[in-house]
Order: sequence, then structure tokens, then C-alpha cells
Amino acid sequence: MSLSPVGRSGSQCTSTPVQLSITLTVNGEKRSLKIAPWTTLLDLLRERLDLTGTKKGCDHGQCGACTVLIDGRRVVSCLTLAVMKDGADITTIEGLANGDSLHPLQQAFIDHDAFQCGYCTPGQICSAAGLIAEAKAKSADEIRELMSGNLCRCGAYPNIVAAIQQAMGEMGGKR
Amino acid sequence: MNNFGYSRATDVADAVRQIAADPAAKFIAGGTNLVDLMKYDVMRPARLIDITHLPLKTVEETKDGGLRIGALVPNSDLAYHPLIEARYPLLSSAILAGASQQLRNMASTGGNLVQRTRCFYFYDVATPCNKREPGSGCSAITGINRINGILGTSESCIATHPSDMCVALAVLEAKVHVTGSSGERTIALEDFHRLPGDTPHLDNNLQADEIITAIELPARGFAAHHSYLKIRDRLSYAFALVSVAAALDIDGGRIKDARFALGGVAHKPWRNRDAEAALRGQAPDKPAFAKAADILLKDAKGYSHNAFKIGLARRALIRTLTQAANATPQIQSVKKVR
Repeated sequence: MSLSPVGRSGSQCTSTPVQLSITLTVNGEKRSLKIAPWTTLLDLLRERLDLTGTKKGCDHGQCGACTVLIDGRRVVSCLTLAVMKDGADITTIEGLANGDSLHPLQQAFIDHDAFQCGYCTPGQICSAAGLIAEAKAKSADEIRELMSGNLCRCGAYPNIVAAIQQAMGEMGGKR
Repeated sequence: MNNFGYSRATDVADAVRQIAADPAAKFIAGGTNLVDLMKYDVMRPARLIDITHLPLKTVEETKDGGLRIGALVPNSDLAYHPLIEARYPLLSSAILAGASQQLRNMASTGGNLVQRTRCFYFYDVATPCNKREPGSGCSAITGINRINGILGTSESCIATHPSDMCVALAVLEAKVHVTGSSGERTIALEDFHRLPGDTPHLDNNLQADEIITAIELPARGFAAHHSYLKIRDRLSYAFALVSVAAALDIDGGRIKDARFALGGVAHKPWRNRDAEAALRGQAPDKPAFAKAADILLKDAKGYSHNAFKIGLARRALIRTLTQAANATPQIQSVKKVR
């Protein structure tokens, strides 16, 4: 266990921030960080690592805007305590493209005009990447059901489903 | 979110030792409910004990033909587990009816049991709530109680348990394995959650120093005749207004055995043995199902905004039992109710 308290430690509630050391691999890059235990993965990504592609929508796990992949599985980063993910592999929207060539989902979202304001889009795309890796959705009905954790207040849903279907076909079940 | 201490448990004995030594601490696994409640200031644990490293992540066959599910198996892995899909499709379906795939990837089997109610007033720290603050009063009884209970409620609390998974587990007569300072014990799923009575702050019978280690399923999975139907205000990713888990054993056109439970209507998954017994020996048809539903709902009590749930539950029961009898279970990605 690489848990090494740097500040004041102890089991009682304390107002003095206790800093814990963790290591994460974020978009392929190893990052060693000292964080307070109440730091969510979302805040860590945005405020400490300047990866602001991941969006804070509701901050309560209800909208999906903060969806990232942890060890290849889609989760909401707003309800994830970073300290609990020591050693994990994190992929955010910034880590999906291969150099200058877009991820098939990114290209498909452009091709199908699958967003208007774009705020939910990073979460939609990360969630869809997880969906394709899971390989449980085949039909449009199944895509809709398994993407229901990602809200789009602009209502781009039909285009989002079409974009995912295109990427799914191109990727042949691969992530 | 309040500041809190953090530690990791290395094994079950260590987890029990740590929680027994610190009454202000809470276990955390998936965190999907606890972290949310901490953000709303509803729960303020002084320390979180991270149990995600405990070896409770396997699904194993038991000697008597059932399955033992580790408490840390994620909801999504459980729903898609080949043995669950083949032998307990009711459980798979119920899990997939709940939350979103992101949350199911995070949420643990044990955590699903101990999730808190989604009553609006429990979440709103500006209002009285006997569950959140014993003795302060119940705001839901005279408030906006559309989502609240109609069975087993009390003057202190009309909250419901929000789980879909537990409704199926009640029908499957699962057992909850727990370990505490004084050793291991087993609690029937139906005896795990409590009615609110005058102690609504106690959701379940887990003791303060106990940890859930596994859920055990008996051999009978009712794979041939089952259905899980969830009725809610939107078609996905919402808590149940009413849900029904139904399982039938049909032999020669007659019901040999029937089990059914309601979700979203009480402080626990709601079963009624008299209603189930009324179906034994009957032909699986609408009049029989309606009679059983009437027995189950005999003592239902509606409040200002949720009396509609009584009729809704009756129709949902008849529909779900019909789906089970016809071997046409509700598919969660198909929104038409057959």
C-alpha cells in the first residue's frame, strides 16, 4: 500500500488537510500526486491536472458529463474519490485521439452533428467508448438504454445514437 | 463535503477491527450513494474505511447448487455474469433496471443493500426528517410524497428503499452473510431491511461493527417463469414509483409455486405469503393474479400525492405475473410493456 500520510494523520475528523500520496496513469502518463482524501477524481483532473475536457455538470452522478474510463470501464468521476484509485489507469476525452487523428467516436460525433452546445459531449464520448468496449449494446434500443446515464439538454439524442452506431461499426467491438 | 480521515482495510478481520474501533467511521466501496450524501451534507463520516481491496470479488457455486456472490462484485459484472444470466435472469434484469451503466460499474453488491432512501426530505438538510435526525419529524407525510411508501409506513417515516436488485433478491430468498466482532452470521434478505416504525434512522439490521461479505442465492432461480417490471416517471435511469419482481413455477397449466415482491412502495422489498399462497393450484390467469394483488395491497395506505400507487401496483402486479406466466419477461432495453 502506497498510502503515506504527509500532513497530520489520524482517524478523527480534522480540519487540517491530510495529504496522501497516490500515483495515477492519466492518458498514458504516470502522475504522482499528493491529495486530500476528499478530492474527487473530477476535481483532481480539472483543477490539478488542467484536464478540463471532463465536465462538471450536476456533481451528483446524475448527468454523466464527468464520465471517464478507469481501467477501461466507464464511471462518473464526480462520485469517485481519487485516493481510492491509487495505481489506476485513467482515460479522459483528452486521451482518446491518436495524435492528430481523432478517435472514431470523435469523428462520428462530428459526422452526425451529435452535439449543439457540446458540454455533455466529452462525457457522451467517454461513455460510448465504454459502451463499445462492453459489447452489450447491439440495437439502437440497447444503445439508448445503456447510454441513459448521459443527459444532453440540447436533445441531440438521435444524432448521438447514430454517431455511436457508426463508430461501433468502424471499431468492430474494439475500443 | 466534510473533511474526513481515510484508511484502507487489508482483510475482513481488519475492516471489522477498524469499524469497531471508530463509531464515527463508515465503510466505502463503490461510493455512489455515500459520496453523494456527503456532498449534500446528509452524511458526515469522520473517517472512511476503504474496503475495495478486500477479497470479496468472486461469484462461486455453492455445494447445494446455489451461488455465493462476493459483496464487492460490481452491479454490472453481476448482471452480466453468465451464471446469473442463465440461472437467475430475474436478478440480472432487476439490476439492469437500476441506475446507469456508469453507476452499475462502480456500485457494489453489498453497497446496494445498504443504500439510503431517496426521499426528497431525507436529502434536504433544511427540513425535518426522522431518518436523518431522529425526533425532528417527518416532512414527507404532509409534503410532496409522490415517491413515498404505501405499505408498512409509520407516523415517523414513509420512506422507501430504492433498490431494484433487492426486490429480486427477496423473491429469490437470498441470504446475506455478514461478519462482525463476535463472528459471522447469516441474515435472510427479507429480514435484512427493517420497517420504519419509530426507529426510521435504522434502515436495516446490520450492526455497527458488521460488514457484508457475501450474498448467497439458493438453487432455485425461476429461470423459466420470471419478470421484473419497473414503472417510473421516465423510461430509464430513474427510481421506481412501483416495481414488481415475479417468479412462478408452473406445472401442467397450474401454478405450483408463486413468489412476488413490490419495490418502490415500502421501507423494504414487500412480499406477502398469503397473496402468494392464493395462487397455488390456480390457473395462471388474470382473475387469479388480480385476487393475489388485492390480498397483497389490502392494507396499502395512500398519502396526499401517492394514492395512485395503489392502483398502479395492482395493475403492475397483474401485468408482471402475466409476463412471468407467458415466459415473456420484460426486457429492460425495450420500453413497451408487453
